[in-house]
Amino acid sequence: MTQPLALTAAQKAGPKTTLALIGLVFAVLIAMPVLSLLPADNPLHVSAYTLTLVGKILCYAIMALALDLVWGYAGLLSLGHGLFFALGGYAMGMYLMRQASGDGLPAFMSFLAWNEMPWYWYGTSSFFWSMCLVVLVPGLLAFVFGFFAFRSRIKGVYFSIMTQALTFAGMLLFFRNETGFGGNNGFTGFTTILGYGVATPGTRASLFLATVVLLGASLYLGWRLAQSKFGRILTAVRDAENRLMFCGYDPRGFKLFVWTLSAILCGLAGALYVPQVGIINPSEMAPTQSIEAAVWVALGGRGTLIGPLLGAGLVNGMKSWFTVAFPEYWLFFLGALFIVVTLFLPKGVFGLLKRKEDA
Amino acid sequence: MRVLLSRIILLTLPFLASLPAYAGDAADFVAASSGEQARLLEAWAATPDATRVPLLKALQENRLGGDDNDVPFYEKGDAFVGAEGNAQPAGTPRKVRLNNRLRNLISAAMATHQLYSDVAADRLTAARELQRKAQPEQMALLETRLAVEQDDEVGQALTLALANLQLSDADPAVRLNAVRLLGETGQPQARNRLQNLLDDAAETNPAVRTAANTGIVQIDRKLLIGDVLGQAFSGLSLGSILLLAALGLAITFGLLGVINMAHGEMLMLGAYSTYVVQTLFQRYAPDALAFYPIVALPVAFIVTACIGMALERTVIRFLYGRPLETLLATWGISLILIQLVRVVFGAQNVEVGNPSWLSGGVQVLPNLVLPWNRMIIIGFALFVVALTWLLLNKTRLGLNVRAVTQNRNMAACCGVPTGRIDMMAFGLGSGIAGLGGVALSQVGNVGPDLGQSYIIDSFLVVVLGGVGQLAGSISAAFGLGIANKILEPQIGAVLGKILILALIILFIQKRPQGLFALKGRVID
Repeated sequence: MTQPLALTAAQKAGPKTTLALIGLVFAVLIAMPVLSLLPADNPLHVSAYTLTLVGKILCYAIMALALDLVWGYAGLLSLGHGLFFALGGYAMGMYLMRQASGDGLPAFMSFLAWNEMPWYWYGTSSFFWSMCLVVLVPGLLAFVFGFFAFRSRIKGVYFSIMTQALTFAGMLLFFRNETGFGGNNGFTGFTTILGYGVATPGTRASLFLATVVLLGASLYLGWRLAQSKFGRILTAVRDAENRLMFCGYDPRGFKLFVWTLSAILCGLAGALYVPQVGIINPSEMAPTQSIEAAVWVALGGRGTLIGPLLGAGLVNGMKSWFTVAFPEYWLFFLGALFIVVTLFLPKGVFGLLKRKEDA
Repeated sequence: MRVLLSRIILLTLPFLASLPAYAGDAADFVAASSGEQARLLEAWAATPDATRVPLLKALQENRLGGDDNDVPFYEKGDAFVGAEGNAQPAGTPRKVRLNNRLRNLISAAMATHQLYSDVAADRLTAARELQRKAQPEQMALLETRLAVEQDDEVGQALTLALANLQLSDADPAVRLNAVRLLGETGQPQARNRLQNLLDDAAETNPAVRTAANTGIVQIDRKLLIGDVLGQAFSGLSLGSILLLAALGLAITFGLLGVINMAHGEMLMLGAYSTYVVQTLFQRYAPDALAFYPIVALPVAFIVTACIGMALERTVIRFLYGRPLETLLATWGISLILIQLVRVVFGAQNVEVGNPSWLSGGVQVLPNLVLPWNRMIIIGFALFVVALTWLLLNKTRLGLNVRAVTQNRNMAACCGVPTGRIDMMAFGLGSGIAGLGGVALSQVGNVGPDLGQSYIIDSFLVVVLGGVGQLAGSISAAFGLGIANKILEPQIGAVLGKILILALIILFIQKRPQGLFALKGRVID
């Protein structure tokens, strides 16, 4: 078995160069929120639009990293990671809605003529409990689903389809007004977070910083996981699950752990996404969103940790540009990207870079 | 004085001129006040006369008018034609104004006139109309018609209309009899009438009230049967569409082990082919428009099969052995196809009409109508399954497909051209989806997103039914369709879908390979 690609690449390039590159990127990312606090006429000023856009892409990058952990290492292609992302976002959104509505009911509930909140809104006015929900809800859902899925050894395309059906069902559920999450419109119109205004430059910068920290932490965690024996077993699950079982390992626990961890990372990314973008609605759970995340990972390079971050940045950056410049052609481009990446770039952009380095 | 006299003469002259003409029903009606008009209508309803039918018809269509001298005219297009005799209108005739009460009386009168029609279907419609609109004065008439009625169905409808009237009879025995009759009919409208009787104030006789209660229970039972049958039927109809969508998917998945995410778009392209064929018929052969779905079937099959084969040769072939990548690549293809259709045909839904032989339905029970288009689609789905079975089990191609499905390497060693078989099977699967698209265009909206709404359900059919076995796909498709439609009214469509998903996940715990698994010893 070859080692995870990131490891070999890092060994080839020498740990110092790799670390220096990563450090440089993070230094730029940390500098951005600081620069955004500069007065607007300063040449180094970063506009709120840019900061929000990059912050949003960073949240997607965390999601791509989480997906890479299950797909790149354990070989489980999830087409339902958007569900976990959105669930984390909704948990955060509940807190923000409570902040916005004060002691009363959130506006959408008043429109429905509800007199009291549903039971699952209990305690959401507390930031701490909401953060618990951000972790618990996606984590528990992933645990239960994964428990049953891995127990019956659902894998390959079957697993992908089941996860896609799961996020589709979630979307249908959240589209309903009766579910108590604002239906079609979702949550929006946030005012404050922890007492600070959501749209003030200070809050924006702090949220951005938090996203960078979370991204760094997830990257470090993924790195450590990939280096450990645990990572080797996951790679073995991906490459030859049956042989691994013949060697006396039970792959279920390993898969379940990495699957749940990935869902929690997604939930955290979603929680940071909502206050920065200012809206969460059920379309985040659409199967299209989740499958797009798969192309970020595939474009960047599976099983490389850095690659997915690169892919998420590239695709989302292009999307922002395309949907403004030629909105008609974005889907053609995205579709072609899916085909080209799978046909000609099986190891992604990162693999391409590595091959050049080898040559 | 002279001036006044001449004025009077001038005013009365036209009136005098019209006097010799026969002052018929139409003239009476035009001249009458609205109270008198109501009395006229009631009188006509009690004593039907065949010559009055054109007048009533004109009234129903609001075409009767009177000119300055109250001479009646029918409006015909832009012109006015004398209703009685060939009079020329003096001034522009003004239409007779009707209120809702008059309109009801008109349809009741029209219905009694139609009771004398020679056509049983006309009498039936009339009797049904009278069930709702009959007036007490018409009771005697209904009784005489009932005595001479030959047709059973019309007789029943008349009995019901009569029973409706008898409910307000002074004699409790007559009312009791009427209540029993109403209970036996099982009509939803009869249930409402009986419901009103349960109130102490509306019905003083306790025996009648008890009978009304029994009648309601009777009707409810009949309605329940109709409801359940209706749900089962729409389940069968959904199942047959799922079957058409999933059949091709199951074949390609069984054969190649790849999931074709662009399969839903084949449905969509099939539906759009139907639209194009319909447009061509409208433009070049409007007389034969009724047959366009028949022509659309081979067109859709060929178009989608060719696209499927082209995709297999250009993209999917290079991804064999990498099922997850195939999934992503075919998703990309589906994005491109959707956007292509949006650019060519527009993002809005296009209109595909039912030809007359596909519209309408059969009334089986009072609350159960089976639409023709859905019945034909169920039959069509079974026909396609039978063809596919024949193709897979009785032809050389089918033999090869089955061989490659079971063991690709062994089949290749025995001289089966696996590459060509893959291509043909992919074309077949896509073509079946195209046929499904033609069927879908007859029952639902045709838009670029058409395929997306069916793709997940048809995947679930494949997961549930297992691959490589037609029996699995058939039972899974109909099972899912019926379960969906039976759960829908109980707990709502969305919760129903979620429950079904949960059930499938639990089911796979028991049988990971689906309902009907191919037995084999291969392990990777």
